Amino acid sequence: MTGEAAEWRPNAGLAALKRRAAMLAELRAFFAERGVLEVETPLLSAETTPDLHLEPLSSRVDAPGVECRRMYLQTSPELAMKRLLAAGSGSIYQVCKAFRGGERGRWHNPEFTILEWYRVGWDVHRLMREVAALIETLLAGSRRLEPAVYASYAELLQRHAEVDPYDSPTEALRRAVEDTPSPVDTSGLDRDDLLSRLFGERVEPRFAPDRVTVVFGYPASQAAMARLNASDPRTAERFEAYVGEIELANGYGELCDPVEQRQRLERDLASRRGTGRPPLPMPSRFLAALESGLPHCAGVALGLDRLLGLDLQAGSIDELIAFPLERA
Amino acid sequence: MASYNMNQVRTGLKVLESGEPNVIISCDFIKPGKGQAFTRVKMRNLLNGRVNEKTYKPGDLLEGADVIETSMQYLYTDGEHWFFMNPDTYDQVEADAAALGGAEQWIKEEDICSVTLWNGHPILVAAPNFVTREVVETDPGLKGDTSSGGSKPAKLETGAVVKVPLFIQTGESIRVDTRTGEYVSRGKT
Repeated sequence: MTGEAAEWRPNAGLAALKRRAAMLAELRAFFAERGVLEVETPLLSAETTPDLHLEPLSSRVDAPGVECRRMYLQTSPELAMKRLLAAGSGSIYQVCKAFRGGERGRWHNPEFTILEWYRVGWDVHRLMREVAALIETLLAGSRRLEPAVYASYAELLQRHAEVDPYDSPTEALRRAVEDTPSPVDTSGLDRDDLLSRLFGERVEPRFAPDRVTVVFGYPASQAAMARLNASDPRTAERFEAYVGEIELANGYGELCDPVEQRQRLERDLASRRGTGRPPLPMPSRFLAALESGLPHCAGVALGLDRLLGLDLQAGSIDELIAFPLERA
Repeated sequence: MASYNMNQVRTGLKVLESGEPNVIISCDFIKPGKGQAFTRVKMRNLLNGRVNEKTYKPGDLLEGADVIETSMQYLYTDGEHWFFMNPDTYDQVEADAAALGGAEQWIKEEDICSVTLWNGHPILVAAPNFVTREVVETDPGLKGDTSSGGSKPAKLETGAVVKVPLFIQTGESIRVDTRTGEYVSRGKT
């Protein structure tokens, strides 16, 4: 059957639905054993992260006692979970939906499942090892992974793209991007865009398919909500975890300083205005939580659909979601 | 022609890239969690058949190429150009050797060919998938040869050289698959 006649049917097969259910049980056991508390926070919120490269979906909400206002479907549960941490929750995790407008492709669906967790009192390296352990545990039924490898962002770019993220002139980065097998018109791309293109074209394809690769020490300009590295302030305590080329997780040694956090948010809101995109509010409840004191912690978000995809050796995210965008 | 933004590009779309017509064979949305989105597009150049890959930014536009596939009747060649006619409108076009790309060794007057037009000019001519052609030159078969085993080259009236079974003789017609250049059977006479 083709066309609309078959559109009521789920995209994911029953095996994928069963494996998803089992994986949820396994990850809950993983965190229960380690004493991490499962929490829930709102998917729809008045505040959202004003990330330059994320487009939140929004809705106008009317309810008794609440005048009509714009609210946002979360791009990740980060803001609300940090409010719980500031209120003294201790280490927490959450499995929830996140929404990112405009993202659709082989490994993207605008609505997807995130596993996000925070470890109070941990440094970022300890969390990196736990991320690798979780991935290895959840994939253990389908594949035996080699021990995880850990490498710095700068070292990887030097090795595979022959550029230095800090010292190479922007022109050299531009030429290097234009020299990749899939060149792009680099006009309007800033340093970070160029580095990200080089990382995607030259570095990620080198990651081994049979192990977790953890990349750490991203440039400070790509810190997002990570604190800067005290011993090398050119870098941030941010990491990403991959299996093969598939980007699975993004984590931080969390920025706890409310003053620096406010400055970054103001800068991001201003850059967004500069690109003519819809304005977003300053997330003031989140900032108030930081002002009251976010404990020293490290946190990470992991794309659960992609992890499931690796487990089942799927060719795209559509094989794992019952009703992806076109059938939702 | 229309322009296409990155949400509109899809497999099969014909677009201009560096001024030349291309057909998109795949496109892939790529976006790091914390970075700018791009679309990686693989396309085949319709003039030279080469496959290229390029990456586009979200704001980039691809200009549509006015490329259509039509069925046209082959009329004749003057040795440098090949002339085709639209059987409905009687419009005629002339194609050069690059557009024929080898099809000239199969086609014969009145064959209906698939002609790809770019801005009205033929850029690609495909011979009919199967043609029946007369053998004008081949070694005589050895006595006692049967229909099984062995083959020999045979030159067709249109110029192509095809491997045929030993029993095929000069003057006979044979049926050929022009996509593979392989002998299929004796032709119907």
